[in-house]
Amino acid sequence: MKLFKKLLAVAAVAALSGSLAADAADPVKMAWVYLGPVGDGGWTYAHDLGRKAAEAKMGAKISTTIVENVPESADAERVIRDLATKGNKIIFTTSFGYMDSTLKVAKSFPKVNFYHATGFKDAANVAIYNSRMYEPAYLAGVIAGHVSKKGVLGFVASFPIPEVVRNINAYTMGARSVNPKITTKVVWISSWFDPSKERQAAEALIGQGADVLLQNTDSSAVLQTAQDKGVLAFGWDSDMTQYAPKAHLASCIEVWGPYYTSVAEAAVSGKPMTKAVWGGIKDGMNDLVSVSSLVPPAAAKMAAAKKADIASGKFNVFAGPIKGQDGKDKVPAGKTLTDKEIDGINWYVEGVEGAVPGAK
Amino acid sequence: MIRAPWRLVPRTLPSPRMRVLAPMMAVALTVIFGCIVFASLGLSPLAAMKVFLIEPISTINGVSELLLKASPMCLIALGLAVGYRANVWNIGGEGQMYVGGIFASGLAIYFHERGGVWLLPAMVVAGAIGGALWASIPAVLKTRCHANEILVSLMLTYVADLLVKYLVYGPWQDPAANNFPLTVAFSDNAQFPMFAAFAGDWLEGTRVNVSLIITLVALPVAWLFMQRTFAGYQLTVAGLAPSAARYAGFSGPAAIWMALLIGGAAAGVAGVMEVAGPLGQLNDRWTPGYGFTAIIVATLGRLHPFGIALASLLMALVYLGGEAVQISLQLPKAISLVFQGLLLMLLLGCDVLVNYRLERRRPAATAAVEIK
Repeated sequence: MKLFKKLLAVAAVAALSGSLAADAADPVKMAWVYLGPVGDGGWTYAHDLGRKAAEAKMGAKISTTIVENVPESADAERVIRDLATKGNKIIFTTSFGYMDSTLKVAKSFPKVNFYHATGFKDAANVAIYNSRMYEPAYLAGVIAGHVSKKGVLGFVASFPIPEVVRNINAYTMGARSVNPKITTKVVWISSWFDPSKERQAAEALIGQGADVLLQNTDSSAVLQTAQDKGVLAFGWDSDMTQYAPKAHLASCIEVWGPYYTSVAEAAVSGKPMTKAVWGGIKDGMNDLVSVSSLVPPAAAKMAAAKKADIASGKFNVFAGPIKGQDGKDKVPAGKTLTDKEIDGINWYVEGVEGAVPGAK
Repeated sequence: MIRAPWRLVPRTLPSPRMRVLAPMMAVALTVIFGCIVFASLGLSPLAAMKVFLIEPISTINGVSELLLKASPMCLIALGLAVGYRANVWNIGGEGQMYVGGIFASGLAIYFHERGGVWLLPAMVVAGAIGGALWASIPAVLKTRCHANEILVSLMLTYVADLLVKYLVYGPWQDPAANNFPLTVAFSDNAQFPMFAAFAGDWLEGTRVNVSLIITLVALPVAWLFMQRTFAGYQLTVAGLAPSAARYAGFSGPAAIWMALLIGGAAAGVAGVMEVAGPLGQLNDRWTPGYGFTAIIVATLGRLHPFGIALASLLMALVYLGGEAVQISLQLPKAISLVFQGLLLMLLLGCDVLVNYRLERRRPAATAAVEIK
């Protein structure tokens, strides 16, 4: 009988401590809303790598949910709302077009923290995060300037918003820092993720003489098309070496792991992060990686040197003098565009052909 | 050779009973095949089916989302069904919806912050006119040049999409939007009020809005038009027996015009429901695909208003279910497309039974045939 009582007591203590432990270790529920499939090999894939990195670091302190292929339409609001209703405390919406939906849902869930990638509107519980992809784009331009034989670069672009326009500019300026006669042709496909349109656009550019391609779209289609047609290209968002090793020069990658981990850490500590983050090479949020053997050593060396200068703050991609398409100074020497100006840029630098659609 | 114990025998007349039963059989078979899909993914089929078909509508908010999604599809499908009954195959409901949305947005932007209560009704009328105008292009080309309305209406969808993009990147872009492709957010009197705004707490947070009433009114009106009016009768005769319609003196071109204008106007109003509903503005990413899904809805609903209402709810549910299995079970969203595809294939399969019946082979009879 004594033994039985003892056992009962032990069991009770165990149960009690068990439940306490469970309370303490209740994971913070975090959710990601993706535009494309995780298997796009580019944008969404990079976000998912970041999520996995945060998960690996935080272990049982967080639990994560993803929803992929969410259109940037009225459907997005339902998905985001649904995630908030199901107890997710941290929600990342990873495409520009989710901006207004995120804000609408955030209004009715003041205790949930939302993080929106690449937008320009925030709120008390909506923080913006973005990556200065124009930095690796500039470095890609430096390499392109060395390897382009025809002096014509191609750029497959998604939507004519500042984020994309400045990447086109950076790519062109990087190339012209090596060869001032280089020009860039741009094709707009009005989509972030549409492998068949991305391919058609790449074919059109190659047909017009472009021999080094870069893209601001989410899949590996442009790179693969370059390999099929015997020209060179870069990976974008993720390391795309494996998709077309015979055309791949280097990859401009997004690195979301550290950011997602720091948001997770803040959430677990009970003080969710609310500040906006716009990081670049210096912050480890993006990089130029997997420079291939197709790149001449001189080009690789110059790109590496520029990368070090960007990381140390010695070089800024948008420091003057920068000439506009008319050949006149748009940014005079000694002046540097502010973040606000870079975030609203709607003009091309000298060397880019055509006009920014819809720019006034 | 292995012989199936059944064979298909042509019916002398199409079976009206099978016309109604075929979609139901297709739905039942889809559920069975769906269970097999879930089981092969290593999930309990019943639990997964529950998440897919029940969970999305287990809350008031879920029902609201279902209605919000089904309503525009249902309205477009009603309009298309009128045409399909007359053998006029308008495939461009999606484009007509865009143009309806454009016309309504034009009013909303022009009278931004200065419109009155008349603004929303005016937008609905403008949307109907816009959709009908867009549908009148295939009508002109069909009646004047015998151009195939399937191709023309389909291609015009892409033109309409570009028109939306031109406007939101160009003249109608919100000047404060940082070159982002959106119009201003419509002011309150250019948006359908939500039921939640005046229905009390139990609807708190739901998005379904008064535009649902338009669809609810359109259902009986469409039924009356198809079954009880002379114009509806003319259209049906033109579809079933074109030469009989000509003998009777019914005008062929008039039927084509009526079919396309009604389909276009309905799709245009559905566009207004979207831009003045959950969107609240016009943007370049607005391609919900309702105009295309409505073709499936009309077919699945047997071109009958009652069937269409059910079919639109089912298609909306399949869509919401795809999201639910993704969030709850982390399955790929492509599962909705798998279900849509299964449903269509099985419907086409079951439709064989409208014109054929299954008959059991009798071994003796087969043997006799073989001896011959």
